[in-house]
Amino acid sequence: MELGLVVREQDGWAVLSVSGEIDMATAPGLRERLHGLLAEETQRLIVDLDDVGFLDSTALGVLVGALKRARGEGGDVRIVCTQPRVRKVFEITRLDSAFDLFDTVDEAVRGAQE
Amino acid sequence: MGDHIELDVPARPEFLAMVRAIVTLIAETGSKLPVPRIDDLRLAVTEAFANAIDAERRKPDGDRRPVVVRCELEPDYVAVEVHDEGGGFDPAALTPHPDVTKPARLQFERGLGIPLMRELTDELEFRHEGGGTTVRLVLTSHLRS
Repeated sequence: MELGLVVREQDGWAVLSVSGEIDMATAPGLRERLHGLLAEETQRLIVDLDDVGFLDSTALGVLVGALKRARGEGGDVRIVCTQPRVRKVFEITRLDSAFDLFDTVDEAVRGAQE
Repeated sequence: MGDHIELDVPARPEFLAMVRAIVTLIAETGSKLPVPRIDDLRLAVTEAFANAIDAERRKPDGDRRPVVVRCELEPDYVAVEVHDEGGGFDPAALTPHPDVTKPARLQFERGLGIPLMRELTDELEFRHEGGGTTVRLVLTSHLRS
């Protein structure tokens, strides 16, 4: 199974919409895409996980790596996620306090929840 | 004595989705675990199987063995054991991560799997067995806060 990875631009942010299940098998594709975006296009990245049905610790590691890289260059990685099943993984690991999590891409662009 | 189901699965990442789908189906079919606990089981089994793959991948290609996934279905709980022949490790020797609110936390991209398993399960046990490690995950029907 491969991840769906679609990139668009919104108000100066690169928005990466991910679909599928992120685990040890599929995370390398996500890592490659994130690193490509951060290397070439922008340090301001929104990762939309609303169509992700499953996410494990490997996926979190990839997102942490991207966040570290972006913040090191003065940018940010913001997460869009409303699915309780996926949001719970951020909460259990307390990474919900390392990332800014939003309900919609518009909110993530604005940087404040409505 | 409840039902037991055992699988021998190649230690490769492309089998992860299959393993969690099968274990999920087994738990849905043969236990009374509510949906949120089955979600927890799906993630915990994925973490355990991924660790087993990592252990097997440290060996030369020709020495790699399948990972054994064994499910026990009891009226009050589901137990899943994941066994590799990857040489074993000491979970107590793992370095704790800095708190997530500290910038140093972002230096750690790995090592989240075992803390996750601890949070998701009612019992988590690591045993040195044979030439490797058996991880035993036990989940009851009780929802965890």
